[in-house]
Amino acid sequence: MKTLKEIKCGETVKVVKLHGVGAVKRRIMDMGITKGTEVFVRKVAPLGDPIEVTVRGYELSLRKADADMIEVE
Amino acid sequence: MAITIALAGNPNCGKTTLFNAMTGSNQFVGNWPGVTVEKKEGKLKGHKDVRIMDLPGVYSLSPYTLEEVVTRNYLISERPDVILNIVDGTNIERNLYLTTQLMELGIPVVMAVNMMDLVAKNGDRLHINQLSKKLGCPVVEISALKGTGIKEAADLVVATANSKDKMLPVHKFGNELEAILNKVESKLGAEVKEEQKRFFAIKLLESDEKLPELLEYVPDITKEIEEIEEQLDDDAESIVTNERYQYISSIIKSCYEKKERTNNQTLSDKIDKIVTNRILALPIFAAIMFLVYYVSVTTVGTWATDWANDGVFGEGWSLFGLDIPGIPVLVENLLTSIGCADWLQSLILDGIIGGVGAVLGFVPQMMILFIFLAFLEACGYMARVAFIMDRVFRKFGLSGKSFIPMLIGSGCGVPGIMASRTIESDRDRKMTIMTTTFIPCGAKLPIIALIAGALFDGAWWVAPSAYFVGIAAVVCSGIILKKTKLFAGDVAPFVMELPAYHMPTITNVMRSMWERASSFVKKAGTIILLSTIVIWFLQNFGFTSGSFAMVEDMNDSLLAAIGGVIAPIFAPLGWGNWKFASAAITGLIAKENVVGTFGVLYGFGEVAEDGVEIWGSLASSVSATAAYSFLVFNLLCAPCFAAMGAIKREMNNTKWFLIAIGYQTGLAYVVSLVIYQVGTVFASRNVSIGTVTTALVVIAAVSGIIATMARDRKAGKSIQCGCDCKDCGGGCH
Repeated sequence: MKTLKEIKCGETVKVVKLHGVGAVKRRIMDMGITKGTEVFVRKVAPLGDPIEVTVRGYELSLRKADADMIEVE
Repeated sequence: MAITIALAGNPNCGKTTLFNAMTGSNQFVGNWPGVTVEKKEGKLKGHKDVRIMDLPGVYSLSPYTLEEVVTRNYLISERPDVILNIVDGTNIERNLYLTTQLMELGIPVVMAVNMMDLVAKNGDRLHINQLSKKLGCPVVEISALKGTGIKEAADLVVATANSKDKMLPVHKFGNELEAILNKVESKLGAEVKEEQKRFFAIKLLESDEKLPELLEYVPDITKEIEEIEEQLDDDAESIVTNERYQYISSIIKSCYEKKERTNNQTLSDKIDKIVTNRILALPIFAAIMFLVYYVSVTTVGTWATDWANDGVFGEGWSLFGLDIPGIPVLVENLLTSIGCADWLQSLILDGIIGGVGAVLGFVPQMMILFIFLAFLEACGYMARVAFIMDRVFRKFGLSGKSFIPMLIGSGCGVPGIMASRTIESDRDRKMTIMTTTFIPCGAKLPIIALIAGALFDGAWWVAPSAYFVGIAAVVCSGIILKKTKLFAGDVAPFVMELPAYHMPTITNVMRSMWERASSFVKKAGTIILLSTIVIWFLQNFGFTSGSFAMVEDMNDSLLAAIGGVIAPIFAPLGWGNWKFASAAITGLIAKENVVGTFGVLYGFGEVAEDGVEIWGSLASSVSATAAYSFLVFNLLCAPCFAAMGAIKREMNNTKWFLIAIGYQTGLAYVVSLVIYQVGTVFASRNVSIGTVTTALVVIAAVSGIIATMARDRKAGKSIQCGCDCKDCGGGCH
């Protein structure tokens, strides 16, 4: 299983499934990362975490621990 | 007829600008009852009977963040006449996600698409007639910044409210989901109105945990949830969210024409590339923070505070060579000329004017800082601060944005605490408010100088060690508090939008600055004024020669008497001496008062800022360890009244205010106790009962923490969040 956490900067991936439960998962979905969405990994913060992605035409930042819940292909 | 309009939209969509444009200066800022979320309300320009409620910016009506709950509860229980949904035209897809949820509430919705000037500039086109037909609500184009379309939007909203049409959502989900939703709707009790059925059916399907607060009868729909989850192979909450976004994508295709970009980089992208660059980000961040600190704390800030405290509320100041006397001087002359009684003169001058001065003295500096903060927030850099600093601060249960309150707190805790307003997560904000004043502020420096000079021969390490103790207190508090019941549970996810950079308008920046400064004066002012008067009373009255009267000598005052009573409490800390206890109490007015009080109590009258005159007296009355314990206690315990007022204002909740003050004082006591007891062992190599007890308490506390961590780990729980690892998938262990 490949997750968004492992994706390198500059790559675009498609979301397969969201794992996890509760507030964090709902928040990720509310922000537009849902099944089938394309996500472009833009950059990593200077200290190595969090990451910045482009989704549905805007910039979103999320922690690597949360990105690990997002299965991609 | 009176109408209530609720203004709803995503964060960063220009909601505040629109609200300001619609209401002008006619607005009231407060807080939603009992929570730290700001509440704004105003009257529509030219309509006395049209009330506008500015709801907190939210991305969704889910039940997780405080802002979402406040917005939902308002919309469901207060039921405004119409919702004005403001939508960012440059980011329409995600913005419409909230719109579809608002449409399900059964309240008429009018949509205002903002930033249409930017959409046009990008070469994109939005067909609002098409959008209006697809969504089933009136749509207008506006630019809140340029002020276009606002009048039309306002007229349309008022007309919609007056027409009294019931609005039913037009949008449909997939067939399977629709079928299930219809089944759930039919199970709802009679208390739910026809137009609200869709909302409650969806919330039931999503197993919304806050639903019992909104509904008297919650039907059991386990079977329906199982059915849809089996049909679509996902959990019900994800199914609804997915279908919502699918629906939005389908209508966007027919309404929004995106121009093919030859150059994919906007100006905002270019700025971001430099500002959050892996190598440049930290130096740029440091430079911006230095500038903010330099201007608002060291240079202009100090000048403003000195002007307010020593000029206007002190001896006087001069303007273009013209000497203007300070307010106390003017009042004193007036009172003397009318022959006012001594005690009344003292009450007015030292009690009331002193108290008002303590409130207003901080305001000029605060305003300067608030201009910076408002600018950083509005231009989009504040979100990047959180992005850059998150990794460091989240380990202590704080937000990346906590950096700014802490930095400002090293100048003055009052604006520092007020700066915590920029942190979104309620939990991080409370934690920041509780720990900011641990960082030594400017007023604590004289205490440090006094102790260093009197007992340590001015040793170089005393001042740095004070900062070290402060930082250690912040870090340890974060780690400890995170584990307590108070902060457990409601973890806010760090999934944050990084809005495009843009130049804020001067009006918005000034308005934000003014709102924050005036709310400090109004909300924090009372507590500061009252407590200053109480301490004034304690300092100036007492029993002399058998009767209760005003006293000349502070040694006879009530304060000295109280100092004597509470002194034994501090005996284990090494300074169970009434003079020290009284000095610590007067430190609550302003920390630098500690030095002045010592001066008076040791019979020197007025002393220099570092109290050089009393060094000898101090050195002869306590040991060096005890003096250091006294210093640490004063650094960490409840801050001055002005800072306490700020804490009360920002917590907006008496219970949390008391928890914060109690925690700070408790921590100060424990840390000083440990320092004194352990220090005494090293200094004298004499082990007393007290030392053994302290050592045991410390060992018990430390092993308790380690044991909890070990148990969590054994039970498969993460040390970082305390949750069950196998359910989380967070990848943190």
